[in-house]
Amino acid sequence: MLRCTISYFIDNEPAGAMRRTGRIVRRSGRVLAAAWMCALAATAVCPAGAQVPFAIRQIADGDYAHFGRIALTSSENLGDIANLGIVIGRDAAAVIDTGGSVAVGEAALAALRQVTGKPLRYVINTHEHPDHLFGNAAFALPGVTFVGHANLPASIREHGPFYLHSFRDLLGADEIARVRLIPPAVLVTDTMELDLGGRTLLLTAWHQAAHTDCDLTVLDEQTHTLFAGDLVFLDHVPVIDGSLKGWLDVLPRLAAMNAERVVPGHGLWVAPWPAALDDERRYLLAIQADARRLIASGTPLADAVPHIGESERTRWRLFDDYNPRNATAAFSELEWE
Amino acid sequence: MTTNRRALMALFAGGLLVPGRVRAAAAGDTDRWPDLARLIFPGEVLRDGASVVEIDAPYRAEDAAVVPVTLRTTLDARTPLQVRKITLVIDANPVPVAATFTLGPEAGIDRIATRVRVDDYTNIHAVAELSDGALYAASRFVKAAGGCSAPALKQTAGDIPLGTLRFRGFPANDTGLREAQVMVRHPNYSGMQMDQISRLYIPADFVQSLRIHQADRLLLTIEGGISVSENPSFRFSFRPGEGKTFRVEAADSQGRQFSTTFPAEPAA
Repeated sequence: MLRCTISYFIDNEPAGAMRRTGRIVRRSGRVLAAAWMCALAATAVCPAGAQVPFAIRQIADGDYAHFGRIALTSSENLGDIANLGIVIGRDAAAVIDTGGSVAVGEAALAALRQVTGKPLRYVINTHEHPDHLFGNAAFALPGVTFVGHANLPASIREHGPFYLHSFRDLLGADEIARVRLIPPAVLVTDTMELDLGGRTLLLTAWHQAAHTDCDLTVLDEQTHTLFAGDLVFLDHVPVIDGSLKGWLDVLPRLAAMNAERVVPGHGLWVAPWPAALDDERRYLLAIQADARRLIASGTPLADAVPHIGESERTRWRLFDDYNPRNATAAFSELEWE
Repeated sequence: MTTNRRALMALFAGGLLVPGRVRAAAAGDTDRWPDLARLIFPGEVLRDGASVVEIDAPYRAEDAAVVPVTLRTTLDARTPLQVRKITLVIDANPVPVAATFTLGPEAGIDRIATRVRVDDYTNIHAVAELSDGALYAASRFVKAAGGCSAPALKQTAGDIPLGTLRFRGFPANDTGLREAQVMVRHPNYSGMQMDQISRLYIPADFVQSLRIHQADRLLLTIEGGISVSENPSFRFSFRPGEGKTFRVEAADSQGRQFSTTFPAEPAA
């Protein structure tokens, strides 16, 4: 069901993303490397026949990223809404997240095959959400080991059936039928290094619930490129499915990681580190301050939600899709303080 | 039939003309309510409860794990009848009866807010039992947002022990009622998730009962089910009494019991 084409093209970054990039560069005083040397495009052909273009972009030596759309999962985008990574070492390759459907996973695998003939050794899932692991089945191949946070198997077990059910209408029954919930075989409880030959990946399993309760980051220690999963959102409003306070606690330690650039879990560009965290931190602090104020004044949950995070409305995409549930989560967490 | 009873009958005449009328599910699915109603209230007639109880809930549930639902009693003040009990039913959930609220006879409760899990597009029903035993049903449609929110246990920081009870009082409103919120730290684990490897269901562990007294006066008894959100919260209005303390007693499905006495805050 896959047809891959390769095309090299000059950076096709959307205008909006370039604007944002310029702002971050000015603020951080750092120059964002013109790292997008080339890109490869593959095309996923979904069962219905609609084609989903799929591009990967080289972001550093041996590091590639695919930027998913800033959108909700639909049968039109096949869940291609999250960013994926590919890292190629001397001996082997690793993939970071697999996309929101098997079709996206297959496109990512085809793209990987276009840039290297080295064996794929690891598939790393950064957390439990469908847009990051519904593509796992495309990578269930001999010699491939799935890696994830020690909490990930339990999260897949507890939430997986719900995800399959609730995404059926979004992706379509045919795509859902192809999804396999594959838990990691190798579990990371603290940190772990994966050796790809002359290149080590430092995996960090964050202990506190933050975006979810199974967040894992991947740092390429040779190029100092951080694949942050959904601990970093750019442009796409952050989504709290773990703990607001936990996320805010994680941020300083995340910022201290020895990275130069980050591939966010959502957002259309590679951003300098740690300035990439500024927008997300400001959003989370605003949510926290609003929720605390409304709890203190005795406002009931349902009345409080419309007033939480409003100052951030114009700064994010998909604000109305996720801010109310972030507000709900923040309120019900913080009222126990 | 007393005059008051007749007055009440007149109030509900619209409903009585069409007994048991409830709005069908907006989704294309068959309406589960007629079957559910027969199971939950066998042999009972459910009348239209539009003028007895109102359900306030978002049409689109932002977080399927935490959907705020408020029940308001709207009985005409002229009737001597009271709402004795309200059963909250989430039609599409695996265990549809979310909670049953028994209102203390002298408590004056006219509003109860809680948060529930919603698995799907569903009707929510509230069935009010009046002090004469008659049942009245009201309904509301809720569309649970899919996506990232799973209506299952999220691992939370272990700094607050399971079974911790909180009580918060709010000032009197212009009708002279006060409000209170009771919170229970509890995963309220639904038990509906299947272990994908063992194919066994993980056992449920949820808050089964809650009793709230002001001094010796029973305000509210709640029988809860797995559709109530993690860390169950109940906020209700009540007619303030003289009691200097509030006592909350809870029991869960694993047989644990929790209770705490809270000082009554001065009415502001």
